[in-house]
Amino acid sequence: MLQVENLSVSFHTRMGSTQAVDNVSFGVESGKITAIIGESGSGKSVACYSLLGLVPCPPGRIDSGTALFEGTDLLALSEHELRAIRGRDIAMVFQDPMTCLNPYMTIGKQLMEPLMYHQGVSTAQARTRALELMQEVGIRDPESTFDNFPHQFSGGMRQRVMIAMALINQPKLLIADEPTTALDVTIQAQILQLLADLQTRHDIGIIFISHDLSVVADIADDIIVMEKGRVVESGNRDAIFETPSHPYTQKLLAAIPTGHKDSAASTADPLLRVNNLCTWFGEGDKTVKAVDDVSFNILHGEVLGLVGESGSGKSTIGRSLLRLVPATSGTITFDDIEVTQLSARPMKDLRRRMQIIFQDPFASLNPRMTVHDTLAEPLLLHGIVNRKNVSQAILKLMDDVGLARDVARKYPHEFSGGQRQRIAIGRALATRPEFVVADEPVSALDVTIQAQILQLMLELGKEYGLTMLFISHDLAVVREVADRILVLYQGKIVEEARSEALFTDAKDAYTQRLLQAIPGRSLLTGIS
Amino acid sequence: MNDQAINMIAQAPPGSSLWRDAWHRLKRNRLALFGLAVLSFFILIALLTPWIAPYGYADQNLDLGASPPSAEHWLGTDVFGRDLLTQIMYGGRISLAVGFVATSVALLIGVTWGAIAGYVGGRVDAAMMRMVDILYALPFMIFIVLLMVVFGRNLILLFLAIGAVEWLTMARIMRSQVQTLRQQEFVEAAISIGLPASTIVRRHLIPNALGPIIVYTTLTIPSVMLLEAFLSFLGLGVQPPQTSWGLLISYGAETMEEYPWLLIFPGLALTLTLFSLNFLGDGLRDALDVRGAGD
Repeated sequence: MLQVENLSVSFHTRMGSTQAVDNVSFGVESGKITAIIGESGSGKSVACYSLLGLVPCPPGRIDSGTALFEGTDLLALSEHELRAIRGRDIAMVFQDPMTCLNPYMTIGKQLMEPLMYHQGVSTAQARTRALELMQEVGIRDPESTFDNFPHQFSGGMRQRVMIAMALINQPKLLIADEPTTALDVTIQAQILQLLADLQTRHDIGIIFISHDLSVVADIADDIIVMEKGRVVESGNRDAIFETPSHPYTQKLLAAIPTGHKDSAASTADPLLRVNNLCTWFGEGDKTVKAVDDVSFNILHGEVLGLVGESGSGKSTIGRSLLRLVPATSGTITFDDIEVTQLSARPMKDLRRRMQIIFQDPFASLNPRMTVHDTLAEPLLLHGIVNRKNVSQAILKLMDDVGLARDVARKYPHEFSGGQRQRIAIGRALATRPEFVVADEPVSALDVTIQAQILQLMLELGKEYGLTMLFISHDLAVVREVADRILVLYQGKIVEEARSEALFTDAKDAYTQRLLQAIPGRSLLTGIS
Repeated sequence: MNDQAINMIAQAPPGSSLWRDAWHRLKRNRLALFGLAVLSFFILIALLTPWIAPYGYADQNLDLGASPPSAEHWLGTDVFGRDLLTQIMYGGRISLAVGFVATSVALLIGVTWGAIAGYVGGRVDAAMMRMVDILYALPFMIFIVLLMVVFGRNLILLFLAIGAVEWLTMARIMRSQVQTLRQQEFVEAAISIGLPASTIVRRHLIPNALGPIIVYTTLTIPSVMLLEAFLSFLGLGVQPPQTSWGLLISYGAETMEEYPWLLIFPGLALTLTLFSLNFLGDGLRDALDVRGAGD
């Protein structure tokens, strides 16, 4: 249905030129889901956007190529002709539904408008059709939500609305760019299911752009793998997963977390005891019980996984333990020291012993401090080394976390995401802490980088004798690193189990739902 | 970079790389250096004026009256036959002093006030910012007139009074910057390291909020200079025979049809200062933005 040949797209700015898409050819068949897989900067989105004239030119430039869509070369069309195809024959679904919806217009109106505009139907007909569409994409009770505004919908529901909008003109091809990346894992599973259903029901072609092979493992028919602007491998799903020929594809597959940690039941004493911890925000009617009466222990030398979806309170627990947010009630005992009531002076000393690694390495480093300064700060503050020896200690840290020695004078923006996370890990380990909270440390990273950082954390954990609270929404990742796992739902712990037991024999209904929703579940080893 | 070089930079306290690197970047910005040179030159002249001025600032020559530029009077004379170059030199002393002192006062109070309100938040923030609102609402002329009446007319007091008015906007800008920044994880990371609040504000928040502050500062200095001229015009600032650029310009404007040089030369001095300030300000902002191009 769509045949792209020798497509090249480059960007030209004052800072120089980059070849975003380099001589790419691929085909998309109708009635199939074609996944385009690549890490950030691989050109996967640019390649698709350029087909629809959605790449801003300048700075972009389409250097060469043809894209035959049902006999028409999309790249040769004028903007006016393209506009007729865009939205009618080819529709798009984006990653973040909130930014694509008008916040001041009801969902119903936003669905009716294009119907009335493109197809010239009456208001009553448009309303009926809009309701049908909402029904079709699985929005419960469309009559009553018809006049709601986008912010009254959850993220998953908004994405359903976006899909409904894309379906309005019954397109032949749907391009979905990371449509589930911003969603919780259970919602992601539902949206994936919805897309697969729609594809069969309407017999349309779908291009599914994603950075995550495991997400498309269950739904894709064909897979195209891109790296640095080039297509390195393409083929049907089974061929890619079972007999990948290109080393990059093999690397991507190897990086998918599939294993589990071998650990014997620990008999160590608890390092951290949490009793009846509550952390609430706001007052009166507006109180949000982010963490609601939670009790658990973390044993010496253990990696405890904390799993939950967004809003479950998992990050708040991590921050409460380190007193980055004040606990409302309950006790946190670290090595027989009561943390919640500690005064400033002993609290500062305690901070040396417990540290945190954040999710977003672009936000967790001061953009105006060099690597050297960032690492020197904790070392000097706690008198770990004196000023004379600080450079030696910093070099040791940089070696430990795998940073080249000659980057000490560079600023965070000069590093990639993975390198930044290494700096953040170095900062957390500078004071030789006993306990580290890792708050989604790999969620913002590409999958190959994710594997490296996880490996690094496990090695350093052993070397430094760390006890760790590993917070993540990604069960496959937690399974690789954790000895025990807590499952959190709406501020409460619903299940606590040893890692392997949780995956084979989950007791709680919510846990079971989470496990069912793991993308690429079939890839996990040792799970039936 | 070898280990020795790393050893050398390691001697400085954390955070100092920013300023050193900023200076290196500033040195490569020609316009900013030009601005810096012009400002330094003006300041030097202002400091040396009592010794190098060609005439006394009160010397009149009523026979001569207003005369265009000549060999004796390079920039001409005013209606009382006073040498314009001398007046501009003495006026520069007042204008530059009021510009820099009042702006420094505004910067110091505004940045500190805004940073504390933004960082501490809650009731402290509410109380501090309501105070700012109240001061905003007071007509500042009444405020300055009151100060002058109570404490007498005094140049230092004038500087402080203007500074005390100008810090309000600075505080608001700083507060909103800090409020955004403190949500960032690097501030949480700083807390979890155990840094005291004062260090977090100084090392992590203020350097990241400087961009808009610097730009606003370069806008404040000229507006302060003009404010001084306005006050002097009303008889609240400097009085003849003392003068300032603002006063010279406003007198020059009255007679610009007959004696255009009385407007042109003081105007040129002020314009050159403002240009230099803008070049330097933009240069500083770019130099402090480590993400800037060309590094």
